[in-house]
Amino acid sequence: MAPPLLQLDGVTKRYGATLALNDVSFELRAGEVHALMGENGAGKSTLMKILAGNVPADAGRILIDDAPASIASPADAARNGIAIIHQELNTVPFMSVAENLALGSEPRGRFGGLDRRRMRREAEEKLGRINAEIDPDRPLGELSVGMQQMVEIARAVSEDARILVLDEPTAALSRRESEQLYALIEQMRGEGVGLIYISHRMEEVWRLSDRISVLRDGTYVGTGAASELDEGEVVSMMVGRNIEDLYHHVSRTPSAPLLEVRGLAGNGVGPVDLVLHRGEVVCMAGLIGSGRSETARMIFGADPRSAGEVHIDGRPSVPRDPAAAIRDGIGMVPENRKEEGLFLEHSVLDNIAITSLERLSVAGHVRRGSRRREVLEKMEQLRLRANAIDLPVEALSGGNQQKAAVARWLMRDSEVLIFDEPTRGVDIGAKREIYDLIDELARAGKAILVISSDLPEAIGIGDRLLVMRNGRIVHEMPSREATEEIVMMHATGAATTTNSARQEVTG
Amino acid sequence: MTDTSNSQQTAAEARTPFDFAKWWDRVGILVVLAGLVLFMALVAPNFTRVDNLLNILRAISINAILAAGMTFVILTGGIDLSVGSTVAVSGVVAVLAAISGVPAPLALLIGVASGALCGLVNGALSAYLALAPFIVTLGTMTFLRGLAYTLTEGRPIVSSTLSFKALGSGYFLGIPIPVYVMIAVYVAAWYALERTRFGRHVYAVGGNPKAARLAGVKVNRILTSVYVIAGACAGLAGLIFAARVISAQPTAGEGYELDAIAAVVLGGTALAGGRGRIIGTLIGSVILGVLTTGLILLNVPFFTQLLIKGAVIIFAVSIDSLKQRPQIFTAWRKK
Repeated sequence: MAPPLLQLDGVTKRYGATLALNDVSFELRAGEVHALMGENGAGKSTLMKILAGNVPADAGRILIDDAPASIASPADAARNGIAIIHQELNTVPFMSVAENLALGSEPRGRFGGLDRRRMRREAEEKLGRINAEIDPDRPLGELSVGMQQMVEIARAVSEDARILVLDEPTAALSRRESEQLYALIEQMRGEGVGLIYISHRMEEVWRLSDRISVLRDGTYVGTGAASELDEGEVVSMMVGRNIEDLYHHVSRTPSAPLLEVRGLAGNGVGPVDLVLHRGEVVCMAGLIGSGRSETARMIFGADPRSAGEVHIDGRPSVPRDPAAAIRDGIGMVPENRKEEGLFLEHSVLDNIAITSLERLSVAGHVRRGSRRREVLEKMEQLRLRANAIDLPVEALSGGNQQKAAVARWLMRDSEVLIFDEPTRGVDIGAKREIYDLIDELARAGKAILVISSDLPEAIGIGDRLLVMRNGRIVHEMPSREATEEIVMMHATGAATTTNSARQEVTG
Repeated sequence: MTDTSNSQQTAAEARTPFDFAKWWDRVGILVVLAGLVLFMALVAPNFTRVDNLLNILRAISINAILAAGMTFVILTGGIDLSVGSTVAVSGVVAVLAAISGVPAPLALLIGVASGALCGLVNGALSAYLALAPFIVTLGTMTFLRGLAYTLTEGRPIVSSTLSFKALGSGYFLGIPIPVYVMIAVYVAAWYALERTRFGRHVYAVGGNPKAARLAGVKVNRILTSVYVIAGACAGLAGLIFAARVISAQPTAGEGYELDAIAAVVLGGTALAGGRGRIIGTLIGSVILGVLTTGLILLNVPFFTQLLIKGAVIIFAVSIDSLKQRPQIFTAWRKK
């Protein structure tokens, strides 16, 4: 048998006193999709940074084609045929697709100027190799995230990458875009490329991968053929224990209506009507761009609305800005934790207290004793360790960051809570805690709206499910009657039989 | 939950060994100051004499007051290039008011208010029209300088009987009055930033304006306020300047904005906003003052003074930047 394409042997990496990777071994064959799984903080990113040449390993060997390879810089990684498609894309949005593809190796004309015609032709070739139908002249920033990712992959392929690492590639993709990506992965596998696939989505891992390796707390747990492992086994390898039922199917008893939205419109979305009751969790499903976040942001006053009424407990809420919506009793945990949710460099204390400073201060003077005491109370309630209170929030894991983002609304005692993708980029243990928290809040009489692109989650944690498509709520059903198929049919428009709807799915 | 407590432990544990970044954050700037004072005390004649030290304090008071206001602006991620011109305008306005018979306290109030008004223009344009502060204040810098020249018809207006000249040259209990003003400004600034809701909002807006808005902070109001504060500080500095030279000088404060920015950055405040301390700015101002006075005492030629001052600023700021990337230090240790 041919030697493995890539072998990692005893790779170890320390950050200060923390062992990020401890004696990790890993092997990748040509023409294989090898899924790498583990909770956040398990060491996947560190391993990828070492492969990319961004950080050096402290110990261990990297073998490519059975020969020791030294990967000290990103240039070394490229020379060894390693390409990484990051979650955050490394592209220049204002430049055209062709310019992005040529970045760093721009073709020169006769007088040393840029040869635009050749650059465009090469771009077409590169895109053609992965069967991507993208106009090379369009500014990259105008493309969807999925298309931008295709461009990144086209670049990797054009550089003859033999080892391709995909880090959560479908996290921001619509289902259709994901399908295109899967097809491309199959194609590359057929061409003998070795792919390392990092994902939290069980379904696609089983669908795509040949083998699965699991890391936990920086150590290598094991590898198995995907066909011989089941989800439960992999999850228990990842968390080191069995996770029973992740979702609650316990019944809550919603009471009086709390939030009533009528005819809400703006940003190309709407009109939207919806009602949230006290003690109820309502989930909102739909494709990326279907208007879910826009609806939430209009309710919260983060984006202007052109029409519509919002009532909270019968009182009208007409927020000019989030500050007003917060005063009316609404809280929102935004989709993009790092960009819009948190003050990463600031302490956990400051991050949690920010929404409650008005209550905690007398004539502008902050009562620091009660601020600290109340923040500690909320941290304890959310099982955040008390000694993290003065750490910058960026030092916490993704799940704990999310808890800090939620804690500020607990502190404020907001009545209506909107969670936009609350478990994105969060490990399974913390996911479970966030679900528990949502349940707890609903039982305490809050009204909760959860936007989720994770279908099992959208179906599993709520009482009622709303499906949005093209800026409108197209379907509503009790969560216990929902299935992934029904939701997808409504989200894509396949459930309606009109021609226009069909075109939306295919075009 | 075992896994969550683990991830927190790792975050906390990573900090237990000697952490240069944290250490430098706490005391680094003081080390630079102590080293500089020690050096000057050893080599510069008369440096440690009480009257010299008091002179240094008086000399730095104007820049330190400007830098205090600038700290608020930079903490929000902005910049104010117009404070030097505001020094001139407010000084001119106050002196003209005093000459025309307005009682001293009212003249002073008018001076500070004119500075605050300049700041209000900067702030409103930057916040509500979302213009880049660099450009807005570059514009007002030129405009206000023109205003100062226009009000004085281009000539200094001397008033040897200026009613508030004690503000510049007076002493109280043996200490120059500008030093008291400076201390009062810093106590107020410290209180505002560290102990009030407004201060927390300033840090929030600088740390992440989008998140601040979604957390209910009135971002535009905060942005406007910090420029008003910077303008009021510049107004105060302008009064001290005018009182010292007992005249309305249209050229007052030229280039002061850059010294103020240098003091803020020396003091460890990030130009990107959200991170920094007012006490650092005070120390940064003192470092610049000690350096300037010490070099004069050492008879270093003016041109060479500039070379040294520039080099010190770059040195201090690069250490601040290196601490953001500790791997550079680990790389050094390996070699």
